[in-house]
Amino acid sequence: MTSAKRIVSWPFVLGWGVTFLMALPVLWMTLAAFKTEAQAIATPPVLLFEPTLENFAAVLRRANYPSYFLNSVIIAGGSTLLGIVVGLPAAYAFAFFPGKRTKDILVWMLSTKMMPAVGVLVPIYLLSRTLGLLDSAIALLIINMLINLPIIVWMLFTYFREIPGEIIEAARMDGAKPRHQFFFLLIPLAAPGIASTALLSFILAWNEAFWSINLTSWRAAPLTAFIASFSSPEGLFWAKLSAASLMAIGPIVVFGWLTQRHLVRGLTFGAVK
Amino acid sequence: MAHLQLKAISKSFGNFQAVRDINLDIKDREFVVLVGPSGCGKSTLLRMIAGLETISSGDLFIDGERVNGREPDERGLAMVFQSYALYPHMTVEQNMGFALRLAGVPKDVRHQKVLDAARKLQLESMLDRRPSELSGGQRQRVAIGRTIVRDPKAFLFDEPLSNLDAALRGQMRIELAKMHQELEATMVYVTHDQVEAMTMADRIVVLRNGSIEQMGPPVELYQNPATAFVAGFLGSPKMNLFDVSAIERSHDSTVVILSEQNRLKLGNWPVSGRQITVGIRPEAVQISNSGDLVGKVEVVEHLGAEQLIYLNIGTEDLLTVRCHQPTAVKIGEPLRVEVDPSRMHVFDANGRAVMRNAA
Repeated sequence: MTSAKRIVSWPFVLGWGVTFLMALPVLWMTLAAFKTEAQAIATPPVLLFEPTLENFAAVLRRANYPSYFLNSVIIAGGSTLLGIVVGLPAAYAFAFFPGKRTKDILVWMLSTKMMPAVGVLVPIYLLSRTLGLLDSAIALLIINMLINLPIIVWMLFTYFREIPGEIIEAARMDGAKPRHQFFFLLIPLAAPGIASTALLSFILAWNEAFWSINLTSWRAAPLTAFIASFSSPEGLFWAKLSAASLMAIGPIVVFGWLTQRHLVRGLTFGAVK
Repeated sequence: MAHLQLKAISKSFGNFQAVRDINLDIKDREFVVLVGPSGCGKSTLLRMIAGLETISSGDLFIDGERVNGREPDERGLAMVFQSYALYPHMTVEQNMGFALRLAGVPKDVRHQKVLDAARKLQLESMLDRRPSELSGGQRQRVAIGRTIVRDPKAFLFDEPLSNLDAALRGQMRIELAKMHQELEATMVYVTHDQVEAMTMADRIVVLRNGSIEQMGPPVELYQNPATAFVAGFLGSPKMNLFDVSAIERSHDSTVVILSEQNRLKLGNWPVSGRQITVGIRPEAVQISNSGDLVGKVEVVEHLGAEQLIYLNIGTEDLLTVRCHQPTAVKIGEPLRVEVDPSRMHVFDANGRAVMRNAA
């Protein structure tokens, strides 16, 4: 067998180098999760060891993982669903019935993302307390929805804008009222865009930590709060903390892997030349 | 079956008036082609008829009923778009049956109607495909099929062939003409291509800057253009148009001076004023040793059945000569040609055609 000469280009090396650097903490964490506490903090680091599942067992013994997991699913899923339901009509109006101030409204919506969350911590906390929504999944669901809504609306707006106007006009000639256009054309045509928007919203909500930690204690606490609970009180237990983190990010990594084809837009329009 | 009446229809976008005061009566079963250069308002006019654009002023009647405020689908018209505008996520059958589905037509009736239309357009074998799996010509046929299925009062076409290649365009022209005969339908067709206008229209409406420049049957417009604009727009190769400011008059004839070495005898044209435009179709010029005009051969184009010779006669533009017989001419050599005076056109300073005195 003749060995083909492999051409290794600099961008190739650089790309993989950067990827490795970015993935390193996660890889390191993954390794640490299977070490004993002593191996995890050893210097120089231990690279060859007999993997143990003891950390996972310990974490599961100490905390009610399924409850955290369920809260994460409810909060991320619910906020995404609500965000899409609220965002779709907004994006539809912005894309197809633009007014003089449409652009300004869109920019203003996005600008709310630039405000530091701590800035509204006190009012939100007080509001939640008054409404009896402290440590409640509903509060986190709504807050996550509001946090991600600007991104959802922007993304959906962009996908709607890509739909050729003549298709809508053809539908109007065919007798499609706005509700028909919306359900029979816009939603199916923007479906890949809606899927990737939902996916992004879900991931962002899953990873949201600030409000989860500040507004929940145990009943509504999602996985981000679960990780945090392992970090401080009894000193640092790197191996257990790593195991907890791995359990928190695991589901979303698997989910992202399974749905990644939706993150890359698949459908190419064949209708308009 | 429909009779469309446009009465003093105008359209403004802000301060810009895209369409001005259009009066047009489109008879039942007539094939009317709106033609003009880009930006002349022809598409806007069609879109106002369709209901996709509001009418700024004037009235639109379909079969005697005023429809200005009606929604597009309430006008009973169907439209074929330049980009085809098919629904990409639906099959050919779903595309063609979409209007019927919205109208609540039962599934089996719908299927039968789609099948009938598909048969006419040779699309039967493609009913399950999606638009992305079709060629340009097939997509075009689906777009047409979508309109046939609805059995509309009139068909509107917005530059439907401009995305096709030349060969397919020629074929689709014939198919559309056949379709017009078979369906006996009223059709309004917008194009910037004068060949499409000439070949398919019962009546051509030439638009310029939002107004009707001239309308009439293709041959009439070709033979008797009312303005220099229409004369230059219809016909390929273009009519030769020369602006002349030097005119010599004697008691029985008028001679215009085209250039230093070339003067042209006009017959009995009642030419008044100092500035006129002389128009000569390329086929009205013949090679002749006794001709009035002489020029240097600049370019020769052999088209097979005919030959186009471009002569430099000292004017700004070259004189195009169309010969039906192959003639041996050499580039750079002088050539003498004569112009049939009965086939000349004269336009006044405003571009309006000057009528010939009765002989």
